[in-house]
Parts: sequence; structure tokens; C-alpha cells
Amino acid sequence: MKRTGGQIVWEALKREGVDVIFGYPGGAILPTYDAMVDYDIHHVLVRHEQGASHMADGYARATGKVGCCIATSGPGATNLITGLATAMLDSSPVVAITGQVGSKAIGTDAFQETDVTGVSMPVTKHNYLVTDVRELPRVMREAFYIARSGRPGPVLVDIAKDAQQASLEFEWDERPIRLRGHRPQPRAVSESIAKALDMIRSAKRPVILAGHGIVLSGAYREVREFAEKTNTPVALTLLGIGAFPRSHPLCLGPMGMHGEAYVNRAIQESDLLLAFGMRFDDRVTGNLKMYAPHARKIHIEIDPTEVNKNVKVDVAIISDLKDALEQINPLVEAGDHSEWIAAIQDWMQDTHARDIIRQDPGGKLLSPHVMLDLWKATEGNAITVSDVGQHQMYEMQYYGHERPKTLITSGGLGTMGFALPAAIGTKMGRPNEEVWVVAGDGGFQMTMAELATCVQENIELKIAVVNNNFLGMVRQWQEFFYDKRYAATPLFNPDFTKIAGAYGIPSYKVTQRADVIPTIQQARNTPGTVLIEFVVEAEEVVYPMVPAGASLSDMIRRPVNGTQTQVTDDMKQAGIGAGSV
Amino acid sequence: MKHTLVALVENKPGVLARVAGLFRRRNFNIDSLTVGTTEDPTISRMTIVVDSTVADASLVERNLYKMVNVLFVQDISSEPSVTRDLALVKVAANAEKRAEIIQLVDIYKARIVDVGQTTVIVEMTGSPAKVDQFIQLLEQFGIREMVRTGLVAMKRGDEPMFQEDTDEHARGEWRVITNG
Repeated sequence: MKRTGGQIVWEALKREGVDVIFGYPGGAILPTYDAMVDYDIHHVLVRHEQGASHMADGYARATGKVGCCIATSGPGATNLITGLATAMLDSSPVVAITGQVGSKAIGTDAFQETDVTGVSMPVTKHNYLVTDVRELPRVMREAFYIARSGRPGPVLVDIAKDAQQASLEFEWDERPIRLRGHRPQPRAVSESIAKALDMIRSAKRPVILAGHGIVLSGAYREVREFAEKTNTPVALTLLGIGAFPRSHPLCLGPMGMHGEAYVNRAIQESDLLLAFGMRFDDRVTGNLKMYAPHARKIHIEIDPTEVNKNVKVDVAIISDLKDALEQINPLVEAGDHSEWIAAIQDWMQDTHARDIIRQDPGGKLLSPHVMLDLWKATEGNAITVSDVGQHQMYEMQYYGHERPKTLITSGGLGTMGFALPAAIGTKMGRPNEEVWVVAGDGGFQMTMAELATCVQENIELKIAVVNNNFLGMVRQWQEFFYDKRYAATPLFNPDFTKIAGAYGIPSYKVTQRADVIPTIQQARNTPGTVLIEFVVEAEEVVYPMVPAGASLSDMIRRPVNGTQTQVTDDMKQAGIGAGSV
Repeated sequence: MKHTLVALVENKPGVLARVAGLFRRRNFNIDSLTVGTTEDPTISRMTIVVDSTVADASLVERNLYKMVNVLFVQDISSEPSVTRDLALVKVAANAEKRAEIIQLVDIYKARIVDVGQTTVIVEMTGSPAKVDQFIQLLEQFGIREMVRTGLVAMKRGDEPMFQEDTDEHARGEWRVITNG
């Protein structure tokens, strides 16, 4: 059967199992939009293309399937870039389709022409420019295959307008794809596994570092089995949250810059780190020279380029995590690390004493309390989609996630404006789940135009805007490291309830702790999207904190009993120094 | 230490930009990069020289391997191999120095490929060290222009460099050098 390039796009999407696509039309992609009308794939019209790429990303993270977005050439395509970079750093499978000017016009600086394959090259796993319709079926198949295989990531397909218009006798190749240079399924080599088993056997103070790879590999059961059999405590990366149940007795909670002090101490005093699908990001390691100095390191990772990139390891098992643990688990011996676990529990006491939950807020509404109450009110069962900044860290600390894929957040790129659009994608993918947007006043304003998308699509989100009238995390850095010179961090804000009202979205404003849970319950009982603005204490600080570039052992702790925060000269030097990232 | 990496890449538009982009993005320094055709018209061959530690060269190798258009990469620095660099050097050559230059060219098995009124162009092919030495000797006459192709390299012996079915990385097996 004859099909145009535009029709082939939809034929391909259908065959790849796509049921929803997020996009924004324009001149160079019009032939493909015109063909869309005849296919039963749901199109979500966004208000800015950045929203489309975040929605595709959110959909992908929430479902494990490939998320799709579509935009026109030039500005349409460049607006996608932030979302693609976000997906790239967090290994999220996204396929982006963009229109390009006609192939004869490429290179002439034609209207709305941008070299999009050039622009997107460093922020995609791979990309394609299609100028001949005959290449299109193959390219579409390869794009999905590359996006989802191995370590997932975004793939962009840029299609010249004339290639969308040209016709072809359409055939879909059903055979498995084989790309000569793309080998996404590495297999653990037995020597590495044998070495790892030796180290596991002799370890006295092991810690598992649980990362996003557990979620991507679907290795929850295997990780749990390993942890329980060897009695090894588990620390989580931000994207590893949900990969191991927070209430599990072996779960220590998040590590790194805003991880609890006892978790970081456990890592620093460990004699064996088991890195499961994580990449030793600077936000979890702190200063590499002083990172886990007594520990041998076993790294199980599907991407060979992550090994020895930041931390030099002792054993590398290059493999899908599930496959590797399926080989390892039957061979590990039952471990007893009760002394080690008791030591960690002892350090935990100090953290508990300093916990904001046990401090008297003096009648103030604090952002961490909002997160804690949200967790209580939703019984820990909601999917939360957080933005970037202080509220994101409080969410990580106080919302105990039990299930995988229930925290959707931009970890690697730290993209403000991510939450609302990513939550729309999440809800499209998981319509039966309760989805909460948790955003600060700064990030929310970056993409709040997508409220219109939410209403137009009749999507039910519950939105918590945590408003402190500051770019809070930046302000916190200024407080600690830049002598409280608040350059460009105080924000003028609109009345967020009126913004919601303008879209016909019911809204509430909360200023008292006592109103937090009742208002959340009211929002939950109100059908459709609801927004709650929490007006919180302006100059609250996320504790504890490892200054960027400092050792994990040097944390700024929450002061207790009326003492002042201790930021030593060394910490300050690290925070503003050349090693600070 | 200098590491010489040989990469087989798909002969497609944009592949060189991808490889160059990788080096820029990952902050890897390259001494030289050459690209040329091979016995297979669908495959191009790159020779890349990096000045780095063994561990960093391994990271470069793995990053190249990860690219969709790259079929094979090998660090051949410690393998017996033939390495060649070609230089064209335009040297000042007045009547009194010309004989001396010709003598030097003979000794080094270089060639004079163009003769002007006051200059000659010398073509020199050899291992990079030998080319370096030769250029150093020419400096006394005055070098007006110079261009070098960058290194190309090939492993010695009968064993094929890359067999898709038996290559361990193509099979998905990685043995990364680690501390342990």
C-alpha cells in the first residue's frame, strides 16, 4: 500500500505501541500532522514544546515504555532540547520527531531552519536526519530500538518536509533489528562475578548503593533478595528512590549532598560498596579524593563508559543488573552484619534528634512538614512528580516511597519546570494512580502554561506549589557560601490560586500547619485538577548538606538547642572553590 | 603516554562530527585524528592518537564503542604495529644550501616533490618519531610551510583485526581494567 512519509510516521508509531504523543504543530511538520487525523493515536497539544519533551519523559519514566513527542523545525525543535537533555542524563527512553525544512532548502538558512541533528547531538543517545522517504520506515524502527535498548535514552528523528510528502510502497520489516555498531546487551563475564563473590564474602561493613538501574532493569526482587540474604544495608540515590522499599528494615534512605548524615557515614566507613545501577554522580560522592576511603567497590552497570569514570572501582560487572544478580544471588552466602547495622543505627540517633519533625516550628509552616503531611495524607501511595530545588530534597527526605516508579524527578540535569509537564505525561501513562505535582514557586512558573494542557485534556492532577518567595536552594547556597548576598533570588509571585482560577482549576491557599492535611484531603476528594499553594517559611534550609566539592564526611548539620549553623571555613572554601560543581 | 586507537566506523554522513563531538564533550584531548576509506566501502577507518593514562585511554575506547555508528575500537599502542605519518615541508633552499638538503633527503629516504626558485617541497613518510627527527633537521634551512597528515596505523601479522562474530565486545563481554 502506498503511504506518504507523514503517514509512515503514524504507521510506525502504531506498530511501536505508541498510544499517546505530545506535541505542537508548525509549518515543517504539517504534512505529518495532516496524516495524524486518520490514525487513532491520541495527540496532546502542549503550550510550549519544552512541555512536550518533559511529558514524553514523564510518560516514559512512569510506564517504562518509550515516550513520544513531536514538534516543528527551528524554534519548535530547539524548544524540545531542554527536555531531551533531561531525558539523556536520567536515561529515559524518548523518541522526538521534528519537521525539517525541505531537503533542497537545507543549509540555506531557510525560514525556521535549524541544524537540529547538530544541536541535539550531545543531548541524545542518537539522532537521524531523514531526507529520503525510503529511509523513514527503517529509521523509525531503529529510533525506538535504540531509545529503549541497553541504557535507555532519547533519540531524535528530524524529517525533511519533502520526505514527509513523498510516497512510498510501505512495508514494515518485522525481523529483529541488528545494528552493526550497537550492542546493547552486555553479559557479565564469569571472572568478574567470581571476584565480586570473594569480596562480598569477606566484607564486614558492606553497603548497597541502589540506583536508577534497578528500576530500568526491573531488578527489585533480585536486589531485595541480595540485600536480605547478605543482610546488607541499602542507601538510595535520588533516582533510586522506589527501587527498594523505604520502610524495609535494611533501607537507610537517600545518600549524598542532602542524604542523612548516618547514611553518608555508613558509606564513608564501609569496607565494600556494591554499586547497583548507579553512576557515582558528584551529588552522591562529594569530593572523590575522600570518598569511601576504606571501601572496595563493586560496580554492576550496563554502560561500560560509566566504569572508572568518577570512582575507580575494584570489580566491574558490565551487565544488565537483573541478569547479573540472577547469577550472583544463588552463589552468595548468608551474611550476618549485625554489628555493622547496630553501629549505623546508633549514628541514626543523632539524625533523629536533629530531625525537623522533632523541632518546634514556632507556629511557622515549613516546607518539610508539608512533604511529611503529604506522605501521611496519601498514605505513601501517590506518585509524586517533583520539580528542582529545596522542595525536591524535602520530598526525597520525607515522602517515603515504597514502590518503584512512584517518584518522577529530574535528577541528573536538575531541570526546573520539569514537574508539571512530566506529571501530565505520568498521568497519561498511569491514569489510575493518584499523581501529585510538587513544585516550588520558581520552577512552577517556568512551565505553568501547561495548566491549560491539563484542563484541555481533562487530566486529573493534584498540584502542591510550595511558595517561599525565593529561589530557595540558590538562596541557601548564598546563605552558606556567599555571605547572604541574595543576588537575584527573591521572587515576585502572582497569586497562584488566582492563576489556577483563570484556568478554572479549584484552588486553596494554606498558611498554617493545622490546615495542611485537611486541605490535602479536600483536594483528593475534589474531582479533576486541584492546586494548593502552601505559603511556607521563606528562609528555611535543607539540612544536612555536603557542600559541593567537600567530603561526604563534612556535612553542615541542623543546629540543635538554639545553637548556630556551623559552616566551617573548609566547607565554605569547598562550596565556592574550583572543585564545587 | 601516547595511545593509538583504531576505530572502524560506518561510512555515513555525520559520523566524523559525532566522534569529534564526543571528544569535545567529554573533554578528551586528541593529538591527531585521521579518517580514510577501507577495503569495505561501507566502513571508514579512524586512527586516533590521545595523550593519556592507560585508564583514560580505556575510557575513550569505551565511549567510542558506545556510539551507534562505531563497529570496533582497539588500543593498539602495545601491539606490534606499523605506524606512518606523512609530512610535506616547504624548505628555503638557495643555491648554496640545496645540495645539503638533497643529501639529507637521500639519507632519510624522503623525496623532493617540487622545486621552486628559492624553495623545495620535501615529502617524508615514516614513523612519527622519524618524521619529527627529519623536520628538526630541516629547521636549520628555514621551514616556510608544513603539513602533516597525522598518524595511520595497522597491526602487524596475519590475524584479522576485527571479526564480528568472535570479537568479545561485539559479543557483549567487557573486561575493564580495575584496581582489584
